[in-house]
Amino acid sequence: MTKLGDIVPKIRSKNAGPFWLTIDIFCVSPELFTEICERLSTQSIADGFGIPLQAVKRFEIQDLNTIKISLPRPTVQGVREDRDMHGASFSQVLKAIELR
Amino acid sequence: MVRVLIPSGALGLGYDRAALARGIDQKPDIIAIDGGSTDSGPHYLGTGTSKYSRNSIKAEWRELMQARAEAQVPLIIGTSGTCGADSAVDWLVDITREIAAETGQSLKVAVLKSGQSSSAMKRAYQAGKISPLPAAPKICDAIFDDCTNIVALAGAEQIQEALNTGADIVIAGRTTDTAIISALPLLRGCHAGGAWHGAKIGECGALATTNPNSGTILIEFDAQGFTISPMGDNACATPETVSAHMLYENADPYILFEPGGYLDVTQASYLALDDQQVRVTGSEWVVSEAYYVKLEGARRVGFQTVSLVLIRDPRYVAHIRDWCADIEIKCTTKAQARIADDFSIELRLIGVDATLGDLDHDIQVGSEVAVLGIVTAATQNLSNEVAKILNPYLLHHPLSEQEEMPTFAFPFSPPEMQRGAAYEFCLNHVLTLQSPMDAFRLEVLDL
Repeated sequence: MTKLGDIVPKIRSKNAGPFWLTIDIFCVSPELFTEICERLSTQSIADGFGIPLQAVKRFEIQDLNTIKISLPRPTVQGVREDRDMHGASFSQVLKAIELR
Repeated sequence: MVRVLIPSGALGLGYDRAALARGIDQKPDIIAIDGGSTDSGPHYLGTGTSKYSRNSIKAEWRELMQARAEAQVPLIIGTSGTCGADSAVDWLVDITREIAAETGQSLKVAVLKSGQSSSAMKRAYQAGKISPLPAAPKICDAIFDDCTNIVALAGAEQIQEALNTGADIVIAGRTTDTAIISALPLLRGCHAGGAWHGAKIGECGALATTNPNSGTILIEFDAQGFTISPMGDNACATPETVSAHMLYENADPYILFEPGGYLDVTQASYLALDDQQVRVTGSEWVVSEAYYVKLEGARRVGFQTVSLVLIRDPRYVAHIRDWCADIEIKCTTKAQARIADDFSIELRLIGVDATLGDLDHDIQVGSEVAVLGIVTAATQNLSNEVAKILNPYLLHHPLSEQEEMPTFAFPFSPPEMQRGAAYEFCLNHVLTLQSPMDAFRLEVLDL
């Protein structure tokens, strides 16, 4: 099985305010962008984060060959249970997702 | 036409001095810089303090004040002192007063405060004027009393009020990142979609260029859109670097909500004027029916003490979860018997899953593991007491009763480190205002 992180050169995760996380999947080429749009299911992202499908927002931005994924932060930024103040490491969760 | 010079993404981050000087040569109409963000966590709003060192802020602010004196245009800072709370604004006003005295400048300074009292917020909440944004925590009346600081994010209207005083310098509390840049172009009748879009592209300085570290950019606003010109060496704006910046720290790549409406960049077009400059047109500003400002609040949730212990014995590394689970149960029971119920103990496994926790689906453990013990309790003293009860377990706890007492590695004496108060963000809401200045206070000082 191929994981997203095996074929996409750059995935960036950032806080979008303390309550949201936004992850940009930079596919770089139009060919790879088309391939990832087809092979990356939104359900697999929801499963990776353990959240309902409806909680995941997905934007496919052709001009930038980029897919943007936004979701409520798995833990609110800075609460006692939070492990990553700037939210950058959540990109690793996406990298580990298997493509169909 | 209005030219806004943006020295860097935030005061305290540093910038290329030659780039700033080049920007001043371009005769800007205003110099605008951001002073903060929530991105470093709830501590700063909770305490009303700055993340950056006072010396760094003073050194950079002095240079910007000097640049302002040279250019003879207003200098504005938004979200002063990281969090934009009233105390952080006062802190920057003090620094400004010191610099004015040291450099012999006489200045008119407009101070815009964004702090909200809990009583006013309770009244607004009871009157139905506070509404949740997506993923907002549930709140009730009591939450406003719990907050050590509540701020409202000012938009362009409040900044314009401050600029209209004719001040040399505007020191603002919490504002949206964009409002300090869009305010003057909007005031002078530039294209509204272009003003907000250019402000979003410029809010992080040169981040929307090929050389983010150069810091300084100039944005020229006009009746149709805006043009971005990087001031640093080897910094180029391209249609890609500019359009990609809408992705940055923004949940929706096309829409940006601001007080009074939202920006829609779906139809924006990006044209390279040359190797360095990009012109953007076609952005749309959609006015909202009511005037909302976003609220941020932070409350204290307890006090923390942390301990760090290193585990190198391969058998303990292999059974590290069992070891921690046994300690958590035994230590919690002992601390409850000796102290009180009101505390929590968490052992976080550095080298296993400390970063992602349950979301880590690809764990690979190495030859050692660090265990970070995190105690949270109602007071610092209680938190220290529980951490000291935890100490002997972290030092000597055996995996089974049949074995000799092991000893693990503490890097410090004492191993307990007091973290002080812990805060959390507890508002993700908007406040409806009749008039933009209703929740803000403007004062003019002569320094």
